[in-house]
Amino acid sequence: MRNTLNKMNHLQKYCLRIADNSWILGNRLGEYSSKGPFLEEDLAITNVGLDHVGLSEAVYKYVAELDGTKSADDYAFRRAEHEYFNIQLVEYPNEDFAYIMARQFLFDVYQFLFLEALVDSKDNTLAALAKKSLKEVTYHIRRSTQWMYRLGDGTEESHFKIQGALNELWMYKDEMFFMDETDEEMMKAGIGVDLNVLKTKWEDKVTEVLTKATLTVPENPLFSLQYGKNGHHTDFMGYILLDLQYLNSKYPDAKW
Amino acid sequence: MENQKRLDEFQAKIDAGIKIEPKDWMPDKYRQTLVRQMSQHAHSEVIGMQPEANWLTRAPSLRAKKILMAKIQDEGGHGLYLYCAAETLGVSRDQYIQWLHEGKSKYASVFNYPSPTWADMGAIGWLVDGAAIVNQVSLQRTSYGPYARAMVRICKEESFHQRQGYEIMAEMAKGTPEQKEMAQEALNRWWWPSLMMFGPHDKESSNSGQSMKWGIKLESNDDLRQQFIDKTIPQVELIGLEVPDKNAKLMPNGSYKTSDIDWDEFWNVIKGNGPCNSQRLKHHKKAHDDGAWVRAAAEAYGKKQMELVD
Ligand SMILES: [Fe+2]
Ligand SMILES: [Fe+2]
Repeated sequence: MRNTLNKMNHLQKYCLRIADNSWILGNRLGEYSSKGPFLEEDLAITNVGLDHVGLSEAVYKYVAELDGTKSADDYAFRRAEHEYFNIQLVEYPNEDFAYIMARQFLFDVYQFLFLEALVDSKDNTLAALAKKSLKEVTYHIRRSTQWMYRLGDGTEESHFKIQGALNELWMYKDEMFFMDETDEEMMKAGIGVDLNVLKTKWEDKVTEVLTKATLTVPENPLFSLQYGKNGHHTDFMGYILLDLQYLNSKYPDAKW
Repeated sequence: MENQKRLDEFQAKIDAGIKIEPKDWMPDKYRQTLVRQMSQHAHSEVIGMQPEANWLTRAPSLRAKKILMAKIQDEGGHGLYLYCAAETLGVSRDQYIQWLHEGKSKYASVFNYPSPTWADMGAIGWLVDGAAIVNQVSLQRTSYGPYARAMVRICKEESFHQRQGYEIMAEMAKGTPEQKEMAQEALNRWWWPSLMMFGPHDKESSNSGQSMKWGIKLESNDDLRQQFIDKTIPQVELIGLEVPDKNAKLMPNGSYKTSDIDWDEFWNVIKGNGPCNSQRLKHHKKAHDDGAWVRAAAEAYGKKQMELVD
């Protein structure tokens, strides 16, 4: 698969980034199933995870169509680690509920703004998918925003925990807005989104919510990570892929 | 002493098929039986999420992953309906969960078995949900209104689970030799525990008589088990697997005769000594304990918001 991926065009890579973000995050959320703080929340998290898996499937199907030789499952399950183009934030482990919600909030704001802009894409498939997912993501962002308020302005302990998680995950945020050749090309073609515009909106929204939640917006990271979207991942990625790909790599000839 | 006239009136209502509602008078023993049975049922739905969540990250296709996620969500949802229905008996969900953690309240023993392969996801859906359906279809007519209504909602979803589980098994049974072997082994693993889900023989079941009289239970354990066996054996044969019981035999009346269950194992697992009893309970307690600060935060925030309104 390596050779074909090298030849992949910008549109395919652009789509895979969208799909991989949701695919890896969806799996992370699935991993938390049966471990939630109370039943309703446990189910809500799985529900959000399911939305992400659904979005990733739709986008993988589109990439498979563009490519014509591979299936959506090939993309989801049969790539090497460096061929996944999700940002590093979504692969961050479920350390505790504070990390899960901080990761979710930072990503939800990004994804909401991203999809909102993608609705106007000249690529009809992407525009339609964006429109459909935006409904789901509107619910996601409402939920994770609520949790910022509850945890930030809840107890001393919850305030401390959510602030700590935000501080820790802050270094992963810049990657969301980093534009490389693929992003530039897609933007010029009227297909992709201008991430610079997104960045400002994202910062405004995040600052607004965190302030209302009595939390502090963390200092700008001294080291910023812009690797995931080009296939460079954290130490955590290999393990989740090992799980995801377990049956497909162990029994390559089997159908399930 | 509960007065005989009230008891007679209560019995007459049940005999006339009138549902008992939360505000109606009911004998203490009726209430206690429902508290025990409905909380056990609710806990089973929730504990049952664990063996399946165990395979969520490893589900082998996009479709399989979505189906499994949705199924686990359904089961948790069943837990919610049932906790709500059980709360109408005057016991809070917190109390039920505390009883679970203290070992005073049980859940279905079938979830005290491990799920080592993907075929177990098939076997659980097909056999465990399949057995649950037989039981729950019968419970749709149970005499306590909130319980009966919860069963009606739940049964609709369970039949999907059963079909999806069977589909996994069917796919694996016609797959590679390794897949077929996994499917057969999962069937072997879950066959007896599923038959045990219907409980002891009627003559051994201490509460059965009174529960039937009160319309809490409508069919006997053995009758329900037999319905399940008769429905399932042809399904086993259809996908080319072997029934894990050499003595299973079709009788002239169209029903199957099978070997007796290993009752020592049954009681042993019920007493808490099964392969996963301690693991399942520990998992549930840990999630609950880890979540304490989150629940406290939500409560504190909720209070602050209320004060702002006032
Ligand atoms: Fe269920
Ligand atoms: Fe089910």
